[in-house]
Amino acid sequence: MSTMTTAAAPEAKPASDERVRQVSFFRNLLNRPELGSISGAILVFLFFGIVAADSGMFNADGIMNWTTVSAQLGIIAIGACLLMIAGEFDLSIGSMIGFAGMMIAIPALYWGWPVWLSIMFAFTGAMAIGFLNGYIVVKTGLPSFIVSLAFLFILRGLTIALSILFTNKTIVSGVAEVAEGDILAAAFGGEIGTGLFQWFGQVGLIDTYPDGDPIVSGIPMVVIWWGLLTLICSFVLLRTKFGNWIFAAGGDAKAANNVGVPTDRVKIMLFMFTAFCATVFAACQVLEFGSAAADRGLLKEFEAIIAAVIGGALLTGGYGSVVGACFGALIFGVVQMGIFFTGIDSDWFRVFLGVMLLIAVLFNNFIRKKVTGAR
Amino acid sequence: MSEYILELNKVSRYFGSVIALQDIDMKVKLGEVHCLLGDNGAGKSTLIKTLAGVHKPSEGDFLFDGKKVEFGSPKDALDAGIATVYQDLALVPLMSVTRNFFMGRELTKKWGPFNIFDTKRANEIARAGLAEMGIDVRDPEHPIGTMSGGERQCLAIARAIHFGAKVLILDEPTAALGVKQSANVLKVVARARARGLAVILITHNVHHAYPIADRFTLLNRGKSLGSWLKSEVSREEILEMMAGGQELDDLQAELEEFSRADHAAAEGTTSELEAAAAAEHSMAQAIGQEADRVHAHQ
Repeated sequence: MSTMTTAAAPEAKPASDERVRQVSFFRNLLNRPELGSISGAILVFLFFGIVAADSGMFNADGIMNWTTVSAQLGIIAIGACLLMIAGEFDLSIGSMIGFAGMMIAIPALYWGWPVWLSIMFAFTGAMAIGFLNGYIVVKTGLPSFIVSLAFLFILRGLTIALSILFTNKTIVSGVAEVAEGDILAAAFGGEIGTGLFQWFGQVGLIDTYPDGDPIVSGIPMVVIWWGLLTLICSFVLLRTKFGNWIFAAGGDAKAANNVGVPTDRVKIMLFMFTAFCATVFAACQVLEFGSAAADRGLLKEFEAIIAAVIGGALLTGGYGSVVGACFGALIFGVVQMGIFFTGIDSDWFRVFLGVMLLIAVLFNNFIRKKVTGAR
Repeated sequence: MSEYILELNKVSRYFGSVIALQDIDMKVKLGEVHCLLGDNGAGKSTLIKTLAGVHKPSEGDFLFDGKKVEFGSPKDALDAGIATVYQDLALVPLMSVTRNFFMGRELTKKWGPFNIFDTKRANEIARAGLAEMGIDVRDPEHPIGTMSGGERQCLAIARAIHFGAKVLILDEPTAALGVKQSANVLKVVARARARGLAVILITHNVHHAYPIADRFTLLNRGKSLGSWLKSEVSREEILEMMAGGQELDDLQAELEEFSRADHAAAEGTTSELEAAAAAEHSMAQAIGQEADRVHAHQ
């Protein structure tokens, strides 16, 4: 035991504890929660690299195919991941996607609003509902599983009922025309790097259509959103005060409250954030397809949770990683799209999806146990 | 400026029809360890929750530094300088030492327009703060789930001290700890006292309380039996007051029974050997008698 020391103590490095082995930098790296999902991703790529090597999966448009799917899932997985670390679930994400889509399409097409206004309206409305969701969970102490499940039904029902009420249809199309030249619409539905990809086409790096256009004309904005959100949210989680509050609220909300962490505020903000992510997803989807439909986003909340869990998040809260969820979404997207490239009968799609996911999660778990010495 | 940092004058606390505390008088000085003793159900937890700002007194005055105060929440008490370390420690096992140390009071530095959690400096300060309390933390980035109960207890106390508590309230700190760990915790308590804090130690274990305490207050069934300096009262007297006379007499009788048995065994193992020899002797006698009888029969 060291004796009472003066300010000299903080300067001198304490003598190393004889009960701690020197662990290499590499091993320390492997300890991180993301490691499992990164290994899973490598495993999945290896599998498809062998089985579907020349099927077009790793051509420019094949890559764009599964990257886009991964990006979409990745956006909501980040929201779900942060909320899960804080100890709560949001099962209404999928329904919110459908509802937000309608909030964009209906005003733009039927009420004569400019698209950018509809998009802002959708964000405001969604985040207000997210606030309500969070507020109910926090004030009543009910499990968020149940409260958000209720909202799952309410929002899905509202999507169907209101779209029929206002438009007499459940698929509302024609957004592409009204979105021409709209600034905000391009931020969600557009592409960037078109010039660069034209050049790739000319130089022969990417195949081109008969008229000279490259088959992949640019990076869709959804991928950019995915990357941006991953960077920002990972930074917030690991490097800010608020991130510490998220870990604290999920790890032990009572302990956190006792030291003054505003867990209620944290949780409500994260519910609003999942609603935000769902709206980003919806905006990208509506502007890409040019339409909103009442069944959009069905079951997506479970995929988001799976991606977060593959990424290392504990279902009980207090532990997880945004980068991990990002790779979890990548695994999901690659598996989902890759199955088609392997030529397996599409009737078996769901079976193979489930099996591959199980393998990815088990592999993730195995790596994690091996590395952390069984937590 | 009062002589006492904390004073309770005729404080009572009711929960509906239940009288949890009745007319409690308690005075706490800086630089003193004040032990709050009492058996389970005596009202100790309610009393410290009142001191910590969780409950408001139903009756009576709560004086902090000579001024009457009313804390609306635990945060108010914390801001005033009353830090409470509960039995569940208010620590999150999955988080690292540093993150736990700074939970709720994160150290930030500017990074462009943003405020970020200064992990490097936080690690250094956490390590130093703990070293000052005599705790050598192996790696402040490790989750505290790997630390033992005693180490966590010391971490919680060191955290409270570092963030400028004037009064430290410890709720049964040694209840779940082994002998060595309890000793470590009590050493940290002594350091806290040496730094000029007032420490209120709640326990039902007199043997831990007596060595470290300067003053005692005893609670029994919601009422205070009085406050004494250590010089005014002995360990046995305290035990007697805590347990109540009858139970102690029964305990006494049982202990005497044990000591008699121990005494007999301690007289050398002679008594055992004697007993064994006597048994053998009587066995031999019995066999001999049997043999004689058989013999006589034939």
